[in-house]
This record gives sequence, structure tokens and C-alpha cells, in this order.
Amino acid sequence: MSKKPYNPFQTLMRVMSYMAKNKLQLLLVVILVILCSGAQVAGNYYLKPIINDYIAPMIGVAKENRVYDGLIFVLTQLIIIYVVGVLSGYAYKYIMMNLSNRALNEMRKDLFNKMQDLPIKYYDTHQHGDIMSCYTNDIDTIREAMSEGFTAVVSSAVSIVGNFTMMLILSPFLTLFIIAMSFLMVLIVKKFGSLSSKYFQKQQKSMGRVNGYIEEMFEGVKVVKVFNHEEKVCEDFEKLNEELRDAAIEANTYASIIMPIMGNLSYVTYAVIASLGAFQVINGMLDIGSLASFLQYTRSFSMPITNLSQQFNSIFRALAGAERIFALIDEKSEVNDGKVTLVNVKEENGKLVECEERTGHWAWKHPHGDTFELVPLQGDVRFHDVVFGYEENKVILKHINLFAKPGQKIAFVGSTGAGKTTITNLINRFYDVNHGQITYDGIDIKLIRKEDLRRSLAMVLQDTHLFTTTVRENIRYGKLDATDEEVIAAAKLANAHSFIKHLPQGYDTVISGDGANLSQGQRQLLAIARAAIADPPVLILDEATSSIDTRTEALIQDGMDRLMMGRTVFVIAHRLSTVRNSNAILVLEHGEIIERGNHEELLAQKGKYYELCTGITELS
Amino acid sequence: MIKTLKPYLKGYGKYALICMLAMITEAVLEMMLPFMMSKIVDVGVANKDLSYVLKIGGIMLLMSLISLIAGAIGSRFSSVAGMGFGSQLRKALFDKIQTFSFSNIDHFSTASLVTRSTADVNNIQNMFMMLNRMAIRSPIMFFTAMILATSINAELVMIFLVVVPILGIALFMIVKLSFPRFEAMLYKYDGLNASTQENLTAIRVVKAFVRSAYEKAKFKLSNDALMEASIKAEKIIIFNMPVMQLSTYTCVILILWFGGGLVMDGKMLTGELMSFITYINQILMSMMMLSMIFVNVLISSASLKRIVEVLDEDIDIKDSESSSAFPIQNGSIEFKNVSFSYKNDVHSLVLENINVKIAAGETIGIIGGTGSSKSTFVQLIPRLYDVTEGSVLIDGRNVKDIQVETLRNSVSMVLQKNVLFSGTILENLRWGDQEATKEQCIEACKVANAHSFIMDFPDGYDTYIEQGGTNVSGGQKQRLCIARALLKHPKILILDDSTSAVDTATDASIRKELKENLKGMTTIIIAQRISSVQDADRIFVFDEGRINDIGTHEELLERNPIYQEVYHSQMKGVVSE
Repeated sequence: MSKKPYNPFQTLMRVMSYMAKNKLQLLLVVILVILCSGAQVAGNYYLKPIINDYIAPMIGVAKENRVYDGLIFVLTQLIIIYVVGVLSGYAYKYIMMNLSNRALNEMRKDLFNKMQDLPIKYYDTHQHGDIMSCYTNDIDTIREAMSEGFTAVVSSAVSIVGNFTMMLILSPFLTLFIIAMSFLMVLIVKKFGSLSSKYFQKQQKSMGRVNGYIEEMFEGVKVVKVFNHEEKVCEDFEKLNEELRDAAIEANTYASIIMPIMGNLSYVTYAVIASLGAFQVINGMLDIGSLASFLQYTRSFSMPITNLSQQFNSIFRALAGAERIFALIDEKSEVNDGKVTLVNVKEENGKLVECEERTGHWAWKHPHGDTFELVPLQGDVRFHDVVFGYEENKVILKHINLFAKPGQKIAFVGSTGAGKTTITNLINRFYDVNHGQITYDGIDIKLIRKEDLRRSLAMVLQDTHLFTTTVRENIRYGKLDATDEEVIAAAKLANAHSFIKHLPQGYDTVISGDGANLSQGQRQLLAIARAAIADPPVLILDEATSSIDTRTEALIQDGMDRLMMGRTVFVIAHRLSTVRNSNAILVLEHGEIIERGNHEELLAQKGKYYELCTGITELS
Repeated sequence: MIKTLKPYLKGYGKYALICMLAMITEAVLEMMLPFMMSKIVDVGVANKDLSYVLKIGGIMLLMSLISLIAGAIGSRFSSVAGMGFGSQLRKALFDKIQTFSFSNIDHFSTASLVTRSTADVNNIQNMFMMLNRMAIRSPIMFFTAMILATSINAELVMIFLVVVPILGIALFMIVKLSFPRFEAMLYKYDGLNASTQENLTAIRVVKAFVRSAYEKAKFKLSNDALMEASIKAEKIIIFNMPVMQLSTYTCVILILWFGGGLVMDGKMLTGELMSFITYINQILMSMMMLSMIFVNVLISSASLKRIVEVLDEDIDIKDSESSSAFPIQNGSIEFKNVSFSYKNDVHSLVLENINVKIAAGETIGIIGGTGSSKSTFVQLIPRLYDVTEGSVLIDGRNVKDIQVETLRNSVSMVLQKNVLFSGTILENLRWGDQEATKEQCIEACKVANAHSFIMDFPDGYDTYIEQGGTNVSGGQKQRLCIARALLKHPKILILDDSTSAVDTATDASIRKELKENLKGMTTIIIAQRISSVQDADRIFVFDEGRINDIGTHEELLERNPIYQEVYHSQMKGVVSE
């Protein structure tokens, strides 16, 4: 995770551009930070004139003879400086709070919006955990660096420069010693910093192992118990846990020891400066006010050095995170250059006419130069010599030809990896064919705008993926403007209505954490209802009923039949009873259609399908 | 709070104590330095006494070096104590969770148990280290500085007595006001991440239904709400620094004015004034630290609560003193008036008044729809759950009177939701019997029809199984789980839907092997497929928490409507052999 950024400067500028749409605001922040830390530096300096010029001369002077004007004047100056310091401190914090929160908001928005536009291929080739860590780890490190790091670097730099300048003015001789100490401190910070990061990495690795073990053993804790394996597991854990403890002790020691060492080194310096300074004062080489000021600076010069080095680490971590975020934002979006759109139509004088209102009738609007053609939406899907592979030289589908006329039910059967799901991925253009052509109502699907193509298809997948919201909203996901009546009608069609009624709040029951409070079968019924409400001419069922037991499946068969009525349906099913009444069954093996025909025909062939039906071959 | 956590400090208490002593030393010495400095100025410089300056300077140097060493020791030992404490706490949680019964496990989700043992323990560990270092140090710093300042000039200390309470109230108000806002922000943050995660896993659905615009709008709402909540919280927190600065500066001005007057009057010396100004910083800083400690304790108290919940969970299944370790001899089973509810509530029973006897060596098939409680029924046999009413007897002995380990060693169960662990196939198999030879493992795999596919792997029995068994197919995983269960040489074997991903031919072969090789073993098979149970000695038909009928395949086919329905729906499209 703590990889170095590849191009820190460019990334930094890009982060900055998020932070300040208006460059003046950033400049203002810098000025305010300078004012705020400058006030502190200047304040310390004021000790000298106050002691030397206004207090020391009055010592022993009788009260009535004392002149306070000077002291009042100089203290007023100091008050003004301090007030400016406090106000600018608050002001820059306030501005930065707004800037950084807006920047993070913007960044998250860009990230999420990009995610919606990426092709499915991106999700199939990237770990979801890595994508999520952009939102959590990476954003967090950026937040830290933005709210603290940026201003801390400026203010530390101001303090360092200011302190040294002032010390130099007060006493060049004493400053020499300070410079020597500073070098020592920088060396120490570097040394401990690198030691700490070395052990920190060790700790992270060890922590990863411990967390992984915890996850695995908690996931399988019921199996552990069935096998009486508790003791063995606890022993193994103890080893990993001790390893982590030892690594963590080292990592923490080095990380936390820097502070006391640096702090106390500044006290060593303080002791030396106090003695050296006193020696100089006695010899008349220095006045007492300067020594007082100088000692104040001595106390505060080590903080910004430690701070600066720690902030650099945090900024570099943040830039590495920002780089990962920008890499995702810069990914290429899904290409969507189709011209053919889906429009509502009505019939006038026997001719189709495009119209604004929802008529329930749809047509493809196919532009040809200036004119366009309206092709009624029917659900005729054909594959012409389709070749496809996810990777370049690994062909999954070889020269597939098939047709599904409107209202037909086509089933795919075959073992895992035979290419069944791939076919459905191609129909809705999650992936594009390498060779050949797929047509929908006679139009090459590459010419159709993706949104419209997908609107004309509905899918029910094996993994149902419900959302954390009410049952009603989950069904409505298929058609956002559906009325409550339509939702209930769809639920009834899918035979989901009866179990929904028995949920604690009926249709308003909130489904928690990807549907944990529902059984797998109930979740699939909801997914079927969600597809039903979308009411498209083409339906793709990818293992849609695999988790429903045979008894329940028999119960919903009715609903499924009603759902499929009048639609072109592609079915992928594990269970052969589901595919039996298809118009055509295609048996796929190694990316080729090896058998095709209806149930009776295929049985008569006594081929692979026959073997599957009689249970001679394994289906998985 | 300290009381609950105290046992986990065992062995590390001395390190924590050394750390505290080191911190006290450091704090006191640190506070002494400005005082010593004032002596240099007021005595050494004023009297032009060089040897005095050198003497005090030497003492100061020595003090700061000791303080440095003390600080380093403090860091080291607080790390040792903190990490030691954290690891013992983590271990205690892990061990506790291993003693959980199934109903204890159901009480928490796996994800929440993982968070409690990882992130929450880390929070507590960090809080502990911080308390160890700061909780003593800050008050000591505060009081030492106050005492020294008073000894320098009691009148001037009045300034602190006014400013310190005001600052204290201000810091307290900041924490009090910002904390609930901060919590609200974190809640929104978690919500945003959860829904993003959901969007990510459901991306195919989002795309298939063309809902990206809808999702974007939804995200914008929660993203903006998060930003607003975050600004609302930070708005208060950003007062921290200005308030600190304002207090410090006010003290500086007041001390210069009044202190200056005192110096002029000769009631105070210049060096004393200088050290007084130094104490401003230290007193106010120690207050700042106290408020930070307060915030951290608040934040980690939620973690602590979650950890204590696990540690205090009552284990409902454990051995009593009278539990017998006498092994199971035959493997006959009897359910006597058994009712069961997951909530231990007689009004929500999932099994109702079950009375049934299974003879030793018998093979029983179980058929029933989802939710008919067939898994619940078998889980009562190895006492994974305790009956709500009635009793379960094995060999005529109540399972509650048998030691849990003895019982589960004799009753081998292949769970419906089964897992393999990361490690080689052989290591996974030896979960059943740690002393099993490779030959014995091969033997078991042959019975479970797993041997041939294992030999097809290039590394054979040494093939590494990834976490969660992701590199073997569902059917292969099920067969490995059966082999693993067989290695226990059980008297009773329970297969809970354990061959659903295995083809019917292999399924039949496994049942044949079991019958031939393990004579005398009582076998219970839960299955979806009629073919998996049709040659059992007896078949139980479950329906809504009751045994609807018991009989052989032929008998049930003739008289039981549920059995007939299942049979016919499965035979549709299947050629009779």
C-alpha cells in the first residue's frame, strides 16, 4: 500500500486542481498560514525589546516616575499581531475545511461516475477489493494530507525560516550551535523514519496474515466445531498472533520514539544555549532580552522539523493513493456510438409514427442519412458466425450460428466453461464479438445505442444482487416509474407476492446486506419480479432458478411460464426439467454447438444431451 | 472498563508501570528546566558568577539527557505493553469465539466478528498506548508546572487560574459538540461505502437495467450528505487551534504586563519572568492533551463495547461435570418429544414434537422443501444446537450427558454450507484425523469418489487449496468434504445436501461405496434429488417442521402426495434408466 507515487508532481498538481477551482483561494490560504505562523515567530521576538527597553530600565524606578507609554505601545503592537495570528489561523482552517471537503466530494463523485461508465470487462479483470480501497484507504490518506499536510508543510516551512532568521538576528554565534543540532536532528529523524517504515511494512504483512486467518477461521467456525478442531486452530492462531505482536512492538517503538528524542534534544539544546547565553551576557556580548527571546526560539525550533518530515511521509502516501484513484478515473469508458435508438410509436393510417407519450409500443429508429426507418420492436435475435474470446488468443465461442424468433424459448445446456454465459454477455453487449455479427430485429446490435439495447432485454442472473432498500424499491428497479399496483402485479406474476405479504413490513420491508434476511429462493423470486416489471421483449435467464428447490420451482413454474409468454427467452439452466419445453435446446461444449433440437429430438439422437439427462455425465 | 480489560494485561503490567514511571520522570524533569534556567539568569548572570552558570548548565544538560532516556524507555515499554495487551486481547477474543456454540455464532455475523477481532482490537490497543503514555504525563506536567510557577510567583499564577478553566470549558464544549456530529459523519461514511460496495457487486444488474444515471443521482445525494455532515463536524473542531492560540497569547500579554510590573517593583526577577512565559505553553499544552485523551476514549468506547459483548457472551453448549467421556458404541438415535426453536421460544418452533427412532447401522434418507427444517433436525444429533423441549438420545444416552468432544468425534457431519481451508488436500483431509496416514486418506477419498480427480491434479494430494476452496469445483469440494468426514471413522455419518453438485452417477457410486466399506455405520442423507435417497432403508418426508411420513421409496411413492410431487417434478425430462 505504501508504494511510492510514480509521478508525484503531476499527481500533486491534479489533486490541487480538485482543491482549488479558484487559484486565488489557495493563494489566500498560503498567505493566511504565513500570517498565522509568522505571528508566533514575531511574538517570540517581542520579548527582547519588552525586556530590554521597557522593563529592565524601569527596575528600581519608583512607581510614580515610571513611564508606561512605551510598554503599552509595544504590547498593543503585540496584541494586534496576535489577533491577526489567531484570526488568520481560524480563517485558513475554515477555508481549507471547505476546500478539502469539496475536493474529496468531487473526487468521489468522479470516481463513482466513472465506475458506472466502465465496461464490464474492467470489473471482470480487477479485484473488487482494490476498487473499494480507492474509496476507503486512498480517500482517507488524501483527506489526512489535505486537512493537515498541506498547511502544515507551509507553516512548518515558515516557522523554520522565521525561527532561524530571528535567531540569526538575535545571536549569530548561538545560531551556529542550533544549526549543528538541526543537522543532528534531521539525521535522527531520517534514521528512525526508515527503521520505522521497515518494521511498519513487516507489521502490515504480519497483520495481513493474522486478519486473513481470522477471516478464514470465522468463516469456517462451524466446520471447526464439527471436527473438534478448536484447540488446534487456537494454537496456530497463537503463533501468528505472537509474530504480529513482535513486529508491532518494533514498528511502534521506532514510530513513537522520535517524538521524545526530538523533544528532549531540544531541551539539551535549551540547556546548552542557556549556559552559553548566560556566559555571553556576563561577558557583555549579549543582552538579557535577546537571550530571553532566543530561548523561546530554542524551545520551538525542533517541532517544525519533526513535523515537516512526518508530513512529507503522509503527503507521499496520499499521492500514491491519488495516483490509484486517477488511474481509475482515466480508464477508458465503455464505447457507446450506436445511432439506432428505441422510441415510442403509434399507428396512424397503418403506418408507424414516432411519438412522445408512452404507448406501450416500441420501435427501433434507424437513421439512414437524413431520413430514418422505424422498425417495430419484436425480439428477433440472431447470431451469424460469431467468434469470441475474453483474451486475444483464447477463443471461447467458435463460429456460433443461431436464431431465436420472437416468442421462442431457446435453452443452453453444457458444462461449466462451455460458453453458455458468454453468449448472454454478447447479446446485451457486455462484451463485443470478435468476429461475425449479432442482430436484433434485423439490426446489427453494434449500431444500437447500448442503453436502448439493454432496455429491450431483461436479465435474471444466478447471483441475484438485491439492493439495501425496501422490497418495493427492489422490484421497481426494473421500471423506475412503475406504480405500486404494477409492482404488486409483477410480484404476483413471479409468485413472490405471498411470501412478501408475510414479511414483517410487507412490501416496505428493508432488505439488509444483499438480502441476508431472505432465503436464496426468495431472492431469486424478487429478481424475477424485477425483470417482469421491466416488461421487455427479450428475457435472459441465467441459472435463474438454480437455488429454488424443486418443490418451490414447481410452484413458481406457472409464474415463469406467464413471464415467458410472448417473449423471446434465452435460458441457461442446470436443471433439465427447466429447459425441457424449449423450442430449441442447444448443447454447448468447448465453445461449439454440438447438438441442437427440441427435447424429444435430442433424446432420440442419444448423444450428449441424452447422457446429461440420464445422469451419466456430470453437470456443474 | 479497566476492570474488564485487566486480565489481558497479565505479564505486561510491569512494562506499563515502567512506562508510567518513565513518563513521570520525563514530565517532572521537563518542567524543571525553565525553573533552572531562571536561576542561571537571576543568580548566575546577575552576580556574574560563571562557575554557577556552568554548574546549573551542567545539571540542566544532565536532566535533559535523563529525560531523553526516560522518554525513549517510555516509548519502548508502552509499545511492549500496548502490543502485548492487544495481542492477548485478540487471542482471548479468538479463543472465545472458538468456544461459541452454533447459536452463539448465529447471534453475530461473521463480518462483525472479524471487525471486532481486528479493527476494534486495534482501536483499543492504540487507546491503551496513548493512555499509558499520556494519562499520567499530562496531569503531572500540568501540576508540576503549576507548582513551580506558584513557587516563582503566587500572584502571577492567578492569571492561569482564570485562563485555564475558561480554556478547559472551551475544549470540553468543542469535544461535546463535535463528537455527536462526528459520529453522524462516520455513520454516513460507512453507509456510502456500503452502498458503493453494493453497486460494485451488482454492476451487471445496474448495466443490464441501464440504471447508471439513477445510481449516479443516488450516489450524489449520499455523497453530498456526507460532505455536509463532515463540514458540520469539522466546523467545530477547527476552533481547537485558535482557542489554544488565543489562550496562550492572552496569558503572554497578561504576564508581560503584570509580570513586567512585578519585575519593575523588584518583586520578581527577569529570569523568573522568562521561565513563567515558558510555563504558559506547557500548562496549556497539557490541557490540550487531556482533551485529546478524552476524545480518544470516547471514540474507542464503542469498540470496547463491541469487544466486551463477545467476551461476555454466554456459551450455551458446554460440558458439565457429569458429562461422560465414554465413547459411543453403536450409533442408534432416538428423538423423544423434540421441539426446537432458534430463538428458544415455544411460540416460534421450527421443529415440533418429533418422535422417531433410528436403529444402529440404518441408512435414512430425508426429503423436504426449503424451510421444512430438515437441516435443523440433523444438527440436533451432534448437539450443534440444544433442543428446546424433549431430548435426543444416542445409544440410549441423552446427548447432553456426553462430552461434546466425544459426541462429535463419533458423529461426523458434512454441513450444507461447507468450507475447505487454505492448505494442501492432505492437510484438509487430516482435519478428520490428524494421525491419518496417506494410505488412510487415499482410502477415504476412494470411497468419496475423490481419488481419481485428485490424481488428475499435477500435485496430487499435495495440491494447494486456496482460501475458501476457490480452485476446486463445487462437486469436487463436496467430495473432499465427504472424505474428510469419513476419516473420523464415525459411528454416525450425516450428509446434509452434500452431493448436490455431484452428478447422479457419481452420487450413486458414493452411496454404494459407503454401504460396502462402512458396514454398521448409521447414515443419514439429506438430499434434493429423489435418486439420492431412494435406496435408503427408510425415508423421512419433512414438511413445515414435522415428519410428514416415513417409509421406503416404493411405499412413499404410492401413498405420500409430497413425495409424489417431488418425484414427478424431477422425473420430468429424465429418461427412465
